[in-house]
Amino acid sequence: MSAVIIARHARTPAERFKDAAWVAFVALLLGIPMVGLTTVDEGGALTVQTRFGMLGAFVGASFAGRFIFRWIMDQIRNRRAAKPPVAKIDRTPQAIKVIGWAVLGASITLPIVFSENRYVIDTATTVLIYVMLGWGLNVVVGLAGLLDLGYVAFYAVGAYTYALLFSHFGWTFWEALLVAGAMAAAFGILLGYPILRLRGDYLAIVTLGFGEIIRVILVNWTELSNGPNGIGSIPRPTLFGLPFERNPAEGTQSFATFFGLEFSGMHRIIFLYYLILVLALLTNVFVARLRKLPVGRAWEALREDEIACKAMGMNVTNVKLSAFAIGAMLGGFAGVFFAARQGFISPESFTFTESATILAIVVLGGMGSQLGVVLAALVLVLLPELGRNFSEYRMLLFGTAMVLIMVWKPGGLLASREPTIRLRQAATEGGEA
Amino acid sequence: MSAATLLSVESLTMRFGGLTAIDDLSVSVPAGKITAIIGPNGAGKTTFFNCLTGFYKPTVGSVRLAHPNKGEMCLETMTGHRVARDAQVVRTFQNIRLFPKMTVLENLIVAQHNFLQKASGFSLAGIFRLPGYRKAEAEALKKAAHWLERLGLTDIADVAAGDLPYGTQRRIEIARALCVDPVLLCLDEPAAGLNPRESAELNTLLLSLCREEGIAILLIEHDMSVVMNVSDHICVLNYGRKIAEGTPEEIRNDPQVIKAYLGEDDEDTASGEKAA
Repeated sequence: MSAVIIARHARTPAERFKDAAWVAFVALLLGIPMVGLTTVDEGGALTVQTRFGMLGAFVGASFAGRFIFRWIMDQIRNRRAAKPPVAKIDRTPQAIKVIGWAVLGASITLPIVFSENRYVIDTATTVLIYVMLGWGLNVVVGLAGLLDLGYVAFYAVGAYTYALLFSHFGWTFWEALLVAGAMAAAFGILLGYPILRLRGDYLAIVTLGFGEIIRVILVNWTELSNGPNGIGSIPRPTLFGLPFERNPAEGTQSFATFFGLEFSGMHRIIFLYYLILVLALLTNVFVARLRKLPVGRAWEALREDEIACKAMGMNVTNVKLSAFAIGAMLGGFAGVFFAARQGFISPESFTFTESATILAIVVLGGMGSQLGVVLAALVLVLLPELGRNFSEYRMLLFGTAMVLIMVWKPGGLLASREPTIRLRQAATEGGEA
Repeated sequence: MSAATLLSVESLTMRFGGLTAIDDLSVSVPAGKITAIIGPNGAGKTTFFNCLTGFYKPTVGSVRLAHPNKGEMCLETMTGHRVARDAQVVRTFQNIRLFPKMTVLENLIVAQHNFLQKASGFSLAGIFRLPGYRKAEAEALKKAAHWLERLGLTDIADVAAGDLPYGTQRRIEIARALCVDPVLLCLDEPAAGLNPRESAELNTLLLSLCREEGIAILLIEHDMSVVMNVSDHICVLNYGRKIAEGTPEEIRNDPQVIKAYLGEDDEDTASGEKAA
């Protein structure tokens, strides 16, 4: 049996040669303008020069590279095929659990290890903001299957709600947090109503428009939002009323004086990191719980088949609106944190690129997978950071990585789905999952 | 007709622009019996189902349900989900509509959404897993387990529904509909795509549901081995009109029905017996 499979994968040298020659031909076509020709500045005038030697090397490298690559791939495949088929035990759920705990452990210890490295902690905070946004959008896109291209609108609503509540009424971070979440949820429902009947591409277009509308309003309604100048000096969050300041106001204490520590700018950075970590973890627990509740199952059922939902007596309107509202609320929370962390917000922070990045995190992570979102956020935030050394090739690297991931794992990094309830488990453990 | 009428449809008409899919149709469905709707393709059978179950709003006519606990209800004024939720008239689909990525058990639990959603205090009690919600969930699970057992699906309860064979998916769809506690179960071609053994099993199932559980069944079907063996009452549609109604025996010998099925032209012969 296995011999037959091996025979099918074995290629003749002629076939290998042809395959590599074809790749070399494509490389030649692409290489002529990109490598073979170059412009040179000769006394103020641009002239075109040829670099055929380099082009030859490029084509040769493509040929050899393809030849070797193909050979290695075939070897791997044959070895795999030669192995006797083993009964596959699906270890994915356990593996996900182990990775999940490992990531959690790493994220808790990170500020301790890098306590003097501001860059690392700042980047990690950014990753966590995206993780939280990803988990929020996961409710709408991953669970309920409603493609939302304007998620950044709710992020903006949350951020601006806090900024405005502070600048007009002097509200603090903690006071504004819940109100901003509720405000974002209200906007979620506001967006949800007109688009109840839409799905797929049409839904995506309307949500895209909604995201832009919010941004354009923020740019143009100067009296409310201060327009493109943004809102500044937003206060940082405090730890139960203890601010992170070098010189606290007369008669009050700061974090450093209260604990008798020497003031350090890093305290605030680390505090912000832990704050977003806690917010993100709360989001995770909240969404994971909701998923196992009737409302979560209804979201997934809606993603699977809306008409069947109706036939089961489900009020599809409520299911959709709840998904939009919960997703928007979580985005609003993240927005409040963003405003507090930056201390300054302007409409420029809430462009379509942000929506696209968050959506990419959800899709790349595997729709509906919580851990997948974490991994994808790491990839999408860290890749451009790592790519800083390559400056102009940075986005090229980023794009290549995305294409490779989607080719290698079309369903996202973690595409497996864990059932919300199991018959055996439920019967033996009495309903507790 | 000895049994009480459960559903009475009167002069139902459904037009789509210039096309009249159902034309002045009056049917009554007896309680606790199996009624079959048959007819050639395009006769308006599925449109009729869509009108009953709130997916279409009929142009003219009334659909009244004599609900055993809630009294008389007008289904034609109820939209979408309310027919299933309030009137408990539940349907299946001609081309199976399961929740394919969810497990069989989850499919059956989703069918009990309204009950569970209320028990979870619209998620407020559920998020903290309060005892009231956990009790309701256990109850829903028990009901699901009952129907899984009844339809022989227990062993595959934790498998994604979309990964299962066609015949099994048909059974899952029926099990899911049963979890809504139907007073009238509308099955749209439940035997389509089943092999002879599977359709024989379907016959047994339908008969036992009707006789033992007292669920009235309304059935659209092309497979005559199912229709003739289980139906108490048959209604034949053609071009949106009712052309015959009666027991299986009467329908089998009805010249109008034979003509509709064999496609004989009126001008050719006056008597429809010739074509055999």
